[in-house]
Amino acid sequence: MSAAISTTGISQAALRYRKIRDRVVEAFLVAAGLVAVFTTLAIVAILLIESSAFFEHVSLVEFFTDTMWTPLFADAHYGILPLVAGTLTTTFVALIVAVPLGTTIAIYLSEFAPYQVREIVKPILELLGAVPTVVYGYFALTMVTPVLQWLMPELPGFNMLSAGLVIGLMIVPYVSSVSEDAMRAVPRYMREGSYAMGATRLQTALRVVVPGAFSGLAAAFILGISRAVGETMVVAIAAGMQPNLTFDPREPAATITAYIVQVSLGDLPHGSIGYQSIFAAGLVLMAITLIFNVVGFSLTRKFREAY
Amino acid sequence: MSSNVASYRNFDALRQGLTRRKMMDQAFVIIGLTVMLACLLILAILFIDLIRDGSARFGLDFFMNFASRRAERAGILAAWVGTSLIMLVTALCAVPVGVAAAIYLEEYAPKNWFTAIIEINVTNLAGVPSIVYGLLALGLFVYQFGLGQSIAAAGFTLALLILPIVIVATRESIRSVPKAIREAAYGLGATRWEVTKDHVLPYSTGGILTGMILGLSRAIGETAPIITIGALSFIAFLPQSPITSEFPFISFKWLNDPFTAMPIQMFNWVSRPDPEFQANAAAAGAILLGMTLLMNAVAIWIRYRFRKKINW
Repeated sequence: MSAAISTTGISQAALRYRKIRDRVVEAFLVAAGLVAVFTTLAIVAILLIESSAFFEHVSLVEFFTDTMWTPLFADAHYGILPLVAGTLTTTFVALIVAVPLGTTIAIYLSEFAPYQVREIVKPILELLGAVPTVVYGYFALTMVTPVLQWLMPELPGFNMLSAGLVIGLMIVPYVSSVSEDAMRAVPRYMREGSYAMGATRLQTALRVVVPGAFSGLAAAFILGISRAVGETMVVAIAAGMQPNLTFDPREPAATITAYIVQVSLGDLPHGSIGYQSIFAAGLVLMAITLIFNVVGFSLTRKFREAY
Repeated sequence: MSSNVASYRNFDALRQGLTRRKMMDQAFVIIGLTVMLACLLILAILFIDLIRDGSARFGLDFFMNFASRRAERAGILAAWVGTSLIMLVTALCAVPVGVAAAIYLEEYAPKNWFTAIIEINVTNLAGVPSIVYGLLALGLFVYQFGLGQSIAAAGFTLALLILPIVIVATRESIRSVPKAIREAAYGLGATRWEVTKDHVLPYSTGGILTGMILGLSRAIGETAPIITIGALSFIAFLPQSPITSEFPFISFKWLNDPFTAMPIQMFNWVSRPDPEFQANAAAAGAILLGMTLLMNAVAIWIRYRFRKKINW
């Protein structure tokens, strides 16, 4: 061993230096990895600390049963239900648009489209996913709402329908892109087996590929739901910012995210109840996202197909 | 079942069934194509409309004027300078940390609970709504760390937001480097860091660049988190210049300055009732859109170039 070292000319000191350098580098890399962990911990900690101050003033019972949300008014009410209703309504409208359209596009792209079409459309879908949401908000307010008002003359200028439709259109690229990946992952021999039995492409797509890719499709829908629930700018611009306990998409209403934006636009002093209320709202937003993700995860698990 | 078989002995019935199924196949092709083209067409119309609405404002003045009470004189000077500085901070924070975390997860991490925790966190962070990052930044950066409503706070916030994107993209490109390359380097006595630095990273540069650009293109359009930390929408001055005439010629005072950004400026104009300002909003939106699409096109091009160039 020592002979080998002397012939290659590597001294013990140089070897030690390289080993120490490796250790130092590794420590830096671990620290970088831990940033992700600390971010999560910080999010949870900040939300819990600031909302615990909020819940010293507001009882949980009031928070979950009061039907009015007016923390900035003289007659303050702290019922989160109107904001939750707004969030669920816009999400629901968005999903009604995004799930059928996204799935149809994905089936078409994965099972029917010629290679060239797929090569062109896939990057376009990725590009659409990168459009800033504030631009989609502009579309909702200045283009979609007037069209809807032409169809339904009594529709108010701010409404959840227009915001929901635009969010739906916005998440179609995500849903179709992830669904398409899932369907393409279904092995070729499954399709060939189906064709050999005399099934057409549509029958194969609907009865073999879609069930086979179901866990991936569920993941795509969950991704879509998460985006719709957390979507802020479209609803803040197009749905109005007035908390309103209704599930009627034709009405104006605020979502949880729109409320946080509305408060942030004003200049609320640090530590005031209004300031704390956005953290409580954020906590509820996180909880809703988490619930959808847990449900989605268990669905994915239950329907996972192993080949 | 037996009746089915019996009926299929009748060739007319068989042929009818086949024709019907084939027609449904054709019908779906038409439906799928229509739906896809309709979606793309609607979006195309919206984008064209946006550019048309904003076209009245395009011009040098729009870039060189501050926001103003008069729509035709209002410009995006403070906004694009603010956005550029925020992107600088974001890139300088997110890229080194993201790439390092990805290297750790792919090249160093043993398969144990510690690694699993980091991986789960990266996945989860990608799904956290962006406005929650704004709340984190408001509580942590603005008040706990005392950064205030500054460019630094905004840059750090967006860096955390795009960290998962950078990590995932870097990991993918590191993973695509064949094992044989690493083993050859180890075989010659290289240490792990030498293998990573001299062999793995050069081959994955394309993927890392792509991830960085995609992350920044996401950050540039993010509005909600920086509204939450308290970006001002009416700013008629620029941050202090990063380059000074005196030694040491570089100043970091701009990090602490209040700011506005492109998406905030657009949001401010959209939410004004005066229709004159909608043209400003459309123009700002078109520019913002152009910037994101350009960044994405560059990313796609880089990915394509590197994929073509590397031949294992």
